[in-house]
Amino acid sequence: MNINGVEIENTFAEAFEMWASRLIVTAVSDRWAMTAAQAATGCATSIVGCDCDAGIDGVLAPEQTPDGRPGVMVLFFTLSDRDMGKVLMNRVGQCIMTSPTSACYDGLDADTRVKIGGRLRFFGDGFQSSKLLEKRRLWRIPVMDGEFVVDESFSMRKAVGGCNFLILAEDERAALSAAETAVERIRDIPGVILPFPGGILRCGLKVGAKYKGQFAATNTAFCPTIRRQVAESKLPENVNCVMEIVVDGLDETAVREAMRVGINAACRAGVVRISAANYGGKRGRCHFHLHEIMGVGRTGDA
Amino acid sequence: MPCVSCAGLMMADRNGVVRLRFKGPAGASIEADSIRPDLFLSRTLVEIQALPALCDGRDATLGDLFHIEGDRSDRVVVEGDLRHVDKIGFEMSLGGIVVRGAAGACLGAGMRGGEIFVEGDVADLAGAQIQGGFIRITGNAGHGAGAAYPGEEHGANRGTIIIEGDAGREVGAKARRVLIAVRGSVGELAGADMTAGTIIGFGRIGKRAGEGNKRGTIVALGEAPDIPPTYRYECTIRPVFLRCYLLRLLALGLPVPQGAVDGDFRRYSGDITSLGKGEILVYAKP
Repeated sequence: MNINGVEIENTFAEAFEMWASRLIVTAVSDRWAMTAAQAATGCATSIVGCDCDAGIDGVLAPEQTPDGRPGVMVLFFTLSDRDMGKVLMNRVGQCIMTSPTSACYDGLDADTRVKIGGRLRFFGDGFQSSKLLEKRRLWRIPVMDGEFVVDESFSMRKAVGGCNFLILAEDERAALSAAETAVERIRDIPGVILPFPGGILRCGLKVGAKYKGQFAATNTAFCPTIRRQVAESKLPENVNCVMEIVVDGLDETAVREAMRVGINAACRAGVVRISAANYGGKRGRCHFHLHEIMGVGRTGDA
Repeated sequence: MPCVSCAGLMMADRNGVVRLRFKGPAGASIEADSIRPDLFLSRTLVEIQALPALCDGRDATLGDLFHIEGDRSDRVVVEGDLRHVDKIGFEMSLGGIVVRGAAGACLGAGMRGGEIFVEGDVADLAGAQIQGGFIRITGNAGHGAGAAYPGEEHGANRGTIIIEGDAGREVGAKARRVLIAVRGSVGELAGADMTAGTIIGFGRIGKRAGEGNKRGTIVALGEAPDIPPTYRYECTIRPVFLRCYLLRLLALGLPVPQGAVDGDFRRYSGDITSLGKGEILVYAKP
């Protein structure tokens, strides 16, 4: 399969079932809403080394937020529902509550809920109070600039994390440029995040390593500087740089659309092949076959 | 103006509705606590006509007092001179009632869910001790809207009451969790002995508001009220939580003053003779 002269490899991306929560962070201005959102989603590139995957899902106009102020939607992904409680407690408490003028609301409609405001309220030292507006319980925690307002609980749902595609290019400039274009397009799609810096991952990983205690290592099959030293290299001769786009989404449909849009955008001059990372299909339940996503029937696993 | 919540109710007026037209006796004191959508939903017309009521303290049926059309619906329209018909929607849990004209006392008292829309005034104790649901009154309300029955310990607990006219004394007294918005003026002792909840007054708020208030919020969007001496000025802030409330009221079609959503409020905390964690927020107009 070819798109704009770029080969789409007949393989699949292996993704995982995760839990997701969406928060709406508001503040007095766009700037402070984004500041709080960025702080809350910091150091959350991958559950391999962080407590969660997290990223910014989109910006909301004042009329789209519960309190009529500028807002930012952020998504958090964890491996279990129990982990989500710890993640949100830490990140809402340490990064959003501490940010000037911020407030934090549930941005998802799902049945499974985790209590966050209802636990953070104890920071109010007895001076916290709650408000019940129809079905929404808000906690008001007194802070030095007024009050931090936060929902009693946040909903979460099963989601998809770790979907990906690889951009194999002739050189660094072509790889980065194609990846940047893909990221720009994917960011328009609601319900997905790209958790790595700038949406791009340059150090994909493989499961297992030669060193004891190291359960993951650099994806040697796609590292150009060692292509002659590893038997499993998957790099064509004319490929000298690879970038990976990792997609987490609220559901398979959103992830599939992000992959389709991203791959289409990445198929441009200097790019040789689009591939995907998988672990033989044994680790993740969700398999995203590139050919199927790009509009032709599945033709078999890699 | 019908609110967003009542739009579906109004549309349902044409079909699939149980319609009750009061036939008298005029001036008699009626207790019609069986006018409840949840009771009508599974009943035939004959069964609805046989539901009990009280007329001047004597046993009667709905069929004795009302011309009734329709059956098996949770959409109800009540018409006629209903000023002496009490307890419409009493303890209802679902569905909707439209009252065309003034209604008697205890309208929607103790209701747990559903909606009541009154095109006129209501007498005392509208929405008393409600535990959920939505009441909108286009006219004035008597005393004790959303409050506790005399001698009872707790008033409204959850639910929303919108009064587009004036309200009498003791609005929301002993209430918690409820939202009561009054577009006109509010009588004395609003929010007295509130445990929690929110009362928003667009007009003048009478004296002794929030007396004995534990954790409730009284918001004055109009004329600055007399602040009881048991309240203390804390600060002038822009309360974020209040924005959520005012935006909800705007969505319901209430005329929240321009600038109030983004505006400053003077915050008084009290009542210090009680728990002291309640508040009166007074809109500090620019």
